[in-house]
Amino acid sequence: MRTVLKLAILLILATAAGLAHSADQARQYDRDAGHYVEVVVADPYLELHTGAGTGYPVARVVPRGEKIEILFRRTDWFKIRDQNDREGWAYRDNMRETLLATGEKLPIEDLSHRDFDLWPWEVGAQTGNFGGGNVNSLYVGYSMNPNLAAELQVSQSLGHSANGEILLLGLAHSPRPDWRVAPLLELGTGVVRIQPKATIISPPQRTEQLAYYGAGVKWYLSRRFILRGDYRSYVIFTRSDTNEDRNEWKLGFAFFF
Amino acid sequence: MEIRLRVLLLIAAALALGGCSMWPFHKKEHAEELPVEATSAEGNAPSVVEPQVTRRTVKTPKIKNSNFEIGPYIGTYSAEDFGVNPVLGARLVYHISEDFFAQTLIGRTTVGKTSYERLSGGAQLLTDSQRKLTYYSLDFGYNLLPGEVFVGNRRAFNSALYMTGGVGATHFAGDNRFTVAIGAGYRLLLNDWLAAHFDVRDSIFDIDLLGSNKTTHNLETGLGVTVFF
Repeated sequence: MRTVLKLAILLILATAAGLAHSADQARQYDRDAGHYVEVVVADPYLELHTGAGTGYPVARVVPRGEKIEILFRRTDWFKIRDQNDREGWAYRDNMRETLLATGEKLPIEDLSHRDFDLWPWEVGAQTGNFGGGNVNSLYVGYSMNPNLAAELQVSQSLGHSANGEILLLGLAHSPRPDWRVAPLLELGTGVVRIQPKATIISPPQRTEQLAYYGAGVKWYLSRRFILRGDYRSYVIFTRSDTNEDRNEWKLGFAFFF
Repeated sequence: MEIRLRVLLLIAAALALGGCSMWPFHKKEHAEELPVEATSAEGNAPSVVEPQVTRRTVKTPKIKNSNFEIGPYIGTYSAEDFGVNPVLGARLVYHISEDFFAQTLIGRTTVGKTSYERLSGGAQLLTDSQRKLTYYSLDFGYNLLPGEVFVGNRRAFNSALYMTGGVGATHFAGDNRFTVAIGAGYRLLLNDWLAAHFDVRDSIFDIDLLGSNKTTHNLETGLGVTVFF
């Protein structure tokens, strides 16, 4: 309880420090001015919202020809500072109409279509059923090209008779990555640690190799955001005479970055 | 053993072959295109004016992205039958768009005693180590009500009321238990990089400790700070 109290105090102090910092913000930015990307507004005007969202009101506009600094980007919004040191949020589509010092349009990474060269990484979380028990998994994929991705996956299976942890390395082949609902073929191998749950006779924990093949579907729901389902067939190579088979299905969300 | 080795080798070979053949050795470099030489329509005849333009190399400006949030939280965790106890946790959030985010939570608490244990005197349902409850959750969130908060007449802070839902596991009473968690929270952005959070969550999991299997609802409240990066 004591440590919790100390941590609570620490938290409150950190919050207070943050509030104090926000007051100093304008001065802080002045010191490292010039460090940010500078662009010139080319549209008749650029709208600056009070927050990073379409619902936030437009608090000010920057007229054509005026220079602005881009402080950082959060999702599709850019934090902007104008020449009078006033700040606001500008939307990606409006920022497209700004010019760099060289006279070129500001290049903005657009994620309306997946660009595998620019955004090769994909992270996802899924849940489902592995051999009758629940399974949660987290995976990281790296696209080597539009068709083929290497995937590293960590899963935890939570069954009635046994729990297990699974580490997998595999390949996912997408024959038609340009489709909005893209099919996948999967192949991989890994290790599983099985902890039986029996209360009367407790069999020892064991670690086995396993391999899988399967199929999946990626549904590109919106920009950079995927709904993914997989069905896989596993073979666990046991130390006894017969190998064990497990089937798994999973559903989850993923995004690429 | 034999089959197992053979299958493993087959998989290794398939991975290697597939990987090598698909590896983008040919991947196009993001180099600038070479300027087209000024030649006349007749072919090799020398052009009248040799262009003396040196191409300006345009560097794509790197704009800092700030889509992640990380930070600790403290609060109370009400483990069904085991009382309300302080909980300590950490969260990592990734903002996918202005509306959606994904988050991972890890938290830990030590549960108290059930009423039965208190009344019976000496009976203990769990050992001390089994009383430690650790959970993780992989959540998906939606900023339901984004808005602004006004403090006095000179300050405004952005905020959002959000909802989360996800799955995870709870390690408690000597077992890992599949957990479904739903929650709602309030995020107050104190400045560009710091946010305060207030969360309420319900972690739902089955427990068979008291004889039969039963579904428990474990309510949690938390107060936390996060740093955007």
